[in-house]
Amino acid sequence: MQKITSVNDFVVCFANTNGTGSASANNLFAKSIFRMGIPVSPKNVFPSNIQGLPTWYEVRVNDKGYLGRRGGVDLMVAINPQSIAQDIKLVSPGGYFLYDSTKPLDAGLLRDDINLLGIPLTDISRREYTDQRQRQLFKNVIYIGALAALLDMEFDVLKNLIHEQFKGKEKLIAPNIHALELGYQYARKNFDCPLGIRIERRAMVNNHILMEGNEALALGAIYGGATVAAWYPITPSTSVVEQFEKYAKRLRVDPGSGKCNYAIVQAEDELAAIGVVVGASWNGARAFTATSGPGVSLMNEFLGLAYFAEVPTVLIDVQRSGPSTGMPTRTQQSDVLLAAYASHGDTKHVLLFPSTPKECFEMGAASFELADQLQTPVIIMNDLDLGMNEHFSEPLAWDDATCYNRGKVLSESDLENMKERYGRYLDVDNDGICYRTYPGTHPTKGAFFTRGTSRDRYAVYTESSDAYVDNMERLLVKWETAKGYVPKPEFRPAAKTTTDGIIYFGTTKASAEEALDILSEQGVHLDAMRIRSFPFNADVDAFLENHDRIYVVEQNRDGQLRTLLINECEIAPDKLKALCCFDGMPVTARWIIDHVLGGGKATRPVPAIREVKA
Amino acid sequence: MTYMRPEFRHPDLPVNDLGYTRKDYEGAISTLCAGCGHDSISAAVIQACFELAIEPHKVAKISGIGCSSKTPTYFLGKSHGFNSVHGRMPSVATGANLANRDLTYIGVSGDGDTASIGMGQFAHAVRRNLNMLYLVENNGCYGLTKGQDSATSDIGSIGKKGTPNLFEPIDLCTLALELGATFVARSFSGDKDQLVPLIKAAISHCGFALIDVMSPCVTFNNNPNSTKGYEFVRDHIAATGKTDFIPVRKEIMAEYNPGFTQEVTLHDGSVIHLYKNDSDLDLHDRLSAIQAIHRCKEKNEILTGLLYLDPDCEDLHQILGTVEKPLRDQNEEVLCPGSKALEAINESLR
Repeated sequence: MQKITSVNDFVVCFANTNGTGSASANNLFAKSIFRMGIPVSPKNVFPSNIQGLPTWYEVRVNDKGYLGRRGGVDLMVAINPQSIAQDIKLVSPGGYFLYDSTKPLDAGLLRDDINLLGIPLTDISRREYTDQRQRQLFKNVIYIGALAALLDMEFDVLKNLIHEQFKGKEKLIAPNIHALELGYQYARKNFDCPLGIRIERRAMVNNHILMEGNEALALGAIYGGATVAAWYPITPSTSVVEQFEKYAKRLRVDPGSGKCNYAIVQAEDELAAIGVVVGASWNGARAFTATSGPGVSLMNEFLGLAYFAEVPTVLIDVQRSGPSTGMPTRTQQSDVLLAAYASHGDTKHVLLFPSTPKECFEMGAASFELADQLQTPVIIMNDLDLGMNEHFSEPLAWDDATCYNRGKVLSESDLENMKERYGRYLDVDNDGICYRTYPGTHPTKGAFFTRGTSRDRYAVYTESSDAYVDNMERLLVKWETAKGYVPKPEFRPAAKTTTDGIIYFGTTKASAEEALDILSEQGVHLDAMRIRSFPFNADVDAFLENHDRIYVVEQNRDGQLRTLLINECEIAPDKLKALCCFDGMPVTARWIIDHVLGGGKATRPVPAIREVKA
Repeated sequence: MTYMRPEFRHPDLPVNDLGYTRKDYEGAISTLCAGCGHDSISAAVIQACFELAIEPHKVAKISGIGCSSKTPTYFLGKSHGFNSVHGRMPSVATGANLANRDLTYIGVSGDGDTASIGMGQFAHAVRRNLNMLYLVENNGCYGLTKGQDSATSDIGSIGKKGTPNLFEPIDLCTLALELGATFVARSFSGDKDQLVPLIKAAISHCGFALIDVMSPCVTFNNNPNSTKGYEFVRDHIAATGKTDFIPVRKEIMAEYNPGFTQEVTLHDGSVIHLYKNDSDLDLHDRLSAIQAIHRCKEKNEILTGLLYLDPDCEDLHQILGTVEKPLRDQNEEVLCPGSKALEAINESLR
């Protein structure tokens, strides 16, 4: 029989039942490969459910450093009887199928083109443990032990991780290591170890970290000086504020008094969550909220107010599959247009598109600077894939010389020394950005009324058409100013001169870069641009101008970034070829390659085709 | 409606403890209808802030949308105001208060803004015990859209349109009492003697203070068959008693009749005296307040005055354990953990 052979380049998929403690065991597996110096990218594919439904954990091992989802499964660890019939079909020919052989495998499921690895996991754990919960938990650890033997992993690395994980709960260390050994010994005794696929230590990790994007955003908010966080729980954004709270408890408690240099409000809904942020920002604190698409829909009202009244507002949108409730636990980049033009009337908002945890951290902190400087909402467009999965990332860095720039805010002495009349909406510097005052600053000067209704330059209510137009046009001046403030795109020129280009953003980066390498080897050369923000600046215009045919890869059905580019940059739609992968799974390099090669003539979005059909 | 206000002020106008005159607490000229109850409430707010000697710029005025929500323009012109979105004043006030605990927060809302579109936010601001005065200028109708019934309109009450309201009213005071409000009062825009001390007490209270003020809409809901008009309210008003607010360090002069008097000391040391008309009402007992409201309702009376007060409550800042210094005044030295801490975090992620 054919056997897939590979060192450090394969995909392992764990099929489990959610709520059985498999996540920490599977995480142990990914982390130990990372500890062996090899880039790894684990992805959770989980149900919108707490207990009892199928969940998958897909680990790509790749010592070339490609971190996007690859697709296909070389080794399936099939622990869930509910999904086993589907799971066995997902294994690539020549691949491996590890299953619980306590009961024989249904003959109808057998395939003769894959390698079966039966381990009586239930039997072993039943023999070794008496407690029902322990039996379930240690079954997971046993298969990790078996994988260590099958893939030739360093057992000491696993042991060390167990020691670290249970620091403070030392009683649990020995039984966990025992469980690892049970699996390890069984595999050594019963199979030819290692398999055709195996791990070999490398030195590629250097100082990299494994981190979830939501956690990095939360840390960015800590470092960026956020003091007020308001939120309403929603998958996949929940961990942003939970992590903010975790780090705030550690890093933001006043050592003298034990009091908090932060306030977190779990609001009654998303409307209130962003209302708290607008109120706190209006009053001079740095504040943020985190939500997902359904929450952004609800927040439209306040986003319009913050845009028009010019109140700094930071919103983190961890996108999931829409529309409506959609697929709450699957990824997508389908809130681009919603966020860009949120709320009624003429509005547009600053967007940031992070691609890695490091960028989540940087943009997380930078969003507060941008919001303060531009006095407008800044929306960070994260997604489930980046937000909730651990990503291999460069380490986070902070310059200790950084001082917070609160933008144009007048102090008490500024107001005291001011000779002319203060006007909140007076464009003194001709950049569309006017001077704010915080409530309670000066006894007689600087007070004004903030409102969502039209007002003149002195913040006095007016229904004068001239004053209204004047204000709306100044907001456009500010929008132009913003182009110089937001992060520039990242370019990746082709090896050979070409007039073909490709545009991508956010989590598509990893798969797109892998696809570009492979396409280049096949003689297809594309200049690449990764969009990092909206509004689009002159660099984006130039890239569009300098290429005749440009693919736009995005994870939504309608080619939303393409629409935004056409609309904002006023270019001919024919030039932009939409490649839209929107099945809820992170886009793969294979998919991008297939569609660049095959879909080059499409001007309409190209529908996604699943990698592996069940 | 007045278009001009005389600039002349008598040189010997009384001044408060900080040396400010009442004029220092005034705002822009009202654009509401002549005789609107809301203007009387604005005047009462001005009087209360003057008498309390609050610095005129140390107040944040926050409102939603509607006639009532326009009024913060008409008082305390040296303070910042925020006319936010419909029904969302409580969340904006929550954020503002968290940013700077040192200001006085006055939220102004209406019956539509609170009892309909803003019901959720109102309920949760009560639960959080946000330190603020929450004024409802309650006229039983939507004035700015020309007189539709609101959710506080009594069943059978007839506004200018001539059709009776078909639905049960929401009583914001009993609701707030159920939700755990720590200061609950009801008043009438036409009863300045009652309203001013209530506002002073509410501002001095360290927690959420609701005053539901009957405030007739002269244009759309002031006809004889309306239960929110001047005539009906005046004829059917009953009071819990006369409220006196005695600031810190002021000597208590009056003589009180024991049994019918209740004295409450607030956190800042000021004292509230209630000369009760109803000896069954206990200001510290929610149930007695709810029962008193219902007793009056059965007699077709509107019970006004202070209804409930818990002076020993913890406000949102105390519940969350935030630092004394306003969060908005903290800088990077306090807020940013620095690169060394970040390197330790990096290490924990390897």
